Amino acid sequence: MSTTTAVNAERLRGLVRDLLAAHDPATTDRLAFLRARFDAGLAWVHFPAGLGGLDAPRSLQSVVDSALAAAGAPDNNPRRIGIGLGMAAPTVLAFGTPEQRERFLPPLWTGEEVWCQLFSEPGAGSDLAALSTRAVRDGDDWVVTGQKVWTSGAHAAQFAILVTRTDQDVPKHQGMTYFVCDMKAPGIDVRPLRQITGEAEFNEVFLTEVRIPDAHRLGKVGEGWKVAQTTLMNERVAIGGHEIPREGALLGKVTATWRARPELRTPELHDRLLKLWVEVESLRLTSGRLRQQLAVGAPGPEGSAVKLAFSEINQALSGLEIELMGEEGLRYDDWTMRRPETVDFNGREPGYRYLRAKGNSIEGGTSEVLRNIIAERVLGLPSEPRVDKDVAWKDLPR
Amino acid sequence: MTTTPDLLYSEVEEDLRSSVRALLTDGAEPSAVLARTESTEPYDLKLWRTLAADLGAAGLAVPEELGGHGASAREVALVLEELGRSVAPVPFLGSVVLATSALLGADTSQEVVAELLPRLAAGDLIGALTVPLTAQPGAVFPDAVKVGADGTLTGRIGTVVDASSAELLVVPAVGPDGPRLYAVNSSATGASVTEIVSLDLTRRIADVGLEKTPARLVAGPNHAPAALEHALTTGAGLMASEQLGIAEWCLTETVRYLKQRYQFGRQVGSFQALKHRLANLYMEVVNARAAARYAADALATGSEDIPIAVAIAKSRCSMIAVHAAEEAIQLHGGIGMTWEHPAHLYLKRAKSDELALGTPGKHRATLAGLINLPG
Repeated sequence: MSTTTAVNAERLRGLVRDLLAAHDPATTDRLAFLRARFDAGLAWVHFPAGLGGLDAPRSLQSVVDSALAAAGAPDNNPRRIGIGLGMAAPTVLAFGTPEQRERFLPPLWTGEEVWCQLFSEPGAGSDLAALSTRAVRDGDDWVVTGQKVWTSGAHAAQFAILVTRTDQDVPKHQGMTYFVCDMKAPGIDVRPLRQITGEAEFNEVFLTEVRIPDAHRLGKVGEGWKVAQTTLMNERVAIGGHEIPREGALLGKVTATWRARPELRTPELHDRLLKLWVEVESLRLTSGRLRQQLAVGAPGPEGSAVKLAFSEINQALSGLEIELMGEEGLRYDDWTMRRPETVDFNGREPGYRYLRAKGNSIEGGTSEVLRNIIAERVLGLPSEPRVDKDVAWKDLPR
Repeated sequence: MTTTPDLLYSEVEEDLRSSVRALLTDGAEPSAVLARTESTEPYDLKLWRTLAADLGAAGLAVPEELGGHGASAREVALVLEELGRSVAPVPFLGSVVLATSALLGADTSQEVVAELLPRLAAGDLIGALTVPLTAQPGAVFPDAVKVGADGTLTGRIGTVVDASSAELLVVPAVGPDGPRLYAVNSSATGASVTEIVSLDLTRRIADVGLEKTPARLVAGPNHAPAALEHALTTGAGLMASEQLGIAEWCLTETVRYLKQRYQFGRQVGSFQALKHRLANLYMEVVNARAAARYAADALATGSEDIPIAVAIAKSRCSMIAVHAAEEAIQLHGGIGMTWEHPAHLYLKRAKSDELALGTPGKHRATLAGLINLPG
């Protein structure tokens, strides 16, 4: 630790007590409390002092969270602002100027400003670096035109993290630049993208000559890929990193039905359920082990593996659940087009859970891309020959 | 669960690993292990003495007052990881894990137990627990051996692990008042140990016969069932760590091979069809490590969750070790099918381990009762 007064659990509990004494949650406005918590450095303790943190080990966050929860303090509804917390914030912290950090991080954390992610395009999914949304410099601004897709929560967002192409004449990884984009700016058109579940949690976002000030650029011109890597690595940590109790999440739904409905049981389903129970539990332990490694400051490369295993298990379990339901498995709760602002993989009914789980092996890196990442970055296996590596972006076949 | 399980390796544990690995790198090098399988001395007793006595591995889980090192199941698990990684031919499972755990699960103030444990812990004495290697936790107490009116033992037990090299046989037997546990000298009158040709080339199994064999009582009906259960539960839970070691070796060696093997003008490891299989295997190994560590930690701390932790670890790690060994054979191509390449030693160990101390299916059946998911 860099500071002389080491931050330990003891001191954090003291700071929580001070915060609660100065701002009684029972009588303080929710937002005022969250702002005070941010200013006290108790928002995300591993962030720098002055930016909601105390330069403390990340592992100590749970001390703060549980002490505040025990006191009945409001939280920042992390599920609603997952993209901001999990992806935008670490990127702004890593590449933002002091002004950008101070402008964006406080309202991001309190949830006053919701963020979304403008990365994927119709022609650039797994091959994100092939993206073609153009940004052209015009005085102090950039003028951005293109189309983004699979943008969760764009309809509720104030800001977006955006990757663009600023140079078409160099190989694809070199010509990108990363921005913070104001989602209320003229030229932005958010359209719902209806999914196989019937609802539209995702969007297509059309950008037509959107002006972004150069002051909202994150990182250098042409270094957008490097910045995006930070975002993507954090995305995978965010997806793999939640702590859940035994039989939490989807497994709990299936086991509850199993126990409550003996008439639905068959030996074959029993076999599959027990196998999945063991797999879920060992994945839960793996995830716990990953957090313990993070806590002692030795993050392992297991994050991608956890995400990969999670999507496979979720799909197998949600498929099993429908079979278990028998005739009721033929029903679907409601195909009405909705615009949810948060996503709950385990919400609604079995049919929804089954269909939504299909997205798990696509969002946040397809399972195939994750296998490449594990094979190449963790196991050190050679990559497939890259035919596009030294070709200018404009000359790539598309 | 009363405390948060520690799923990591401590510095002390990593130091222990380094010592054991250094010993096994020199002493259990693959070609030497392979050559020994068809020799007259299939177990390397010199290596055993260094591991058990000089490094103190035999006494890790034995309390200091009984001549051990007062460590725990966590450290034993770590040694098993390394033994799995090297398929070293030593009687560690039979002696240190099963026989020692059975005695530790008995009344250790008993004279016989207090005399035998220090010798086991010092590595002076090799023990074996005379149950079939397929015995599993939770099974009924075996009645293959009967106690005669004169106190001698008579019966036959098949596929006893490490009995071939054991001087001490820890024998579950049934007397007029119920289950008992005895200590028998393997060269005593009427005792016979007949080596079986084992599927696992690096682990010896034998049929044990007893015919009016003199025996010393270790535990009576009050302690014998718990002592045996302690041994089988510990054995099943810790075998998961050996299986982790097997899987890790298979993954590491296969990755290494796919980097050096060229076909179609490329390293074969660059083909996604192959590398994706290794990524899957990596995912499984990561899961196996968490499950095996959890079981070891539960056993070490005496957690309430031991039965569930063991069932999870043994069922999951059994399947992962077998899958890893099968993938290693396939992905090595032709060379993997040869006798001279060590991959088959790991397949044979993995497949035998899958059957040992409860198959995955049996552990899942046990689990169904423990977690209230009846069929």
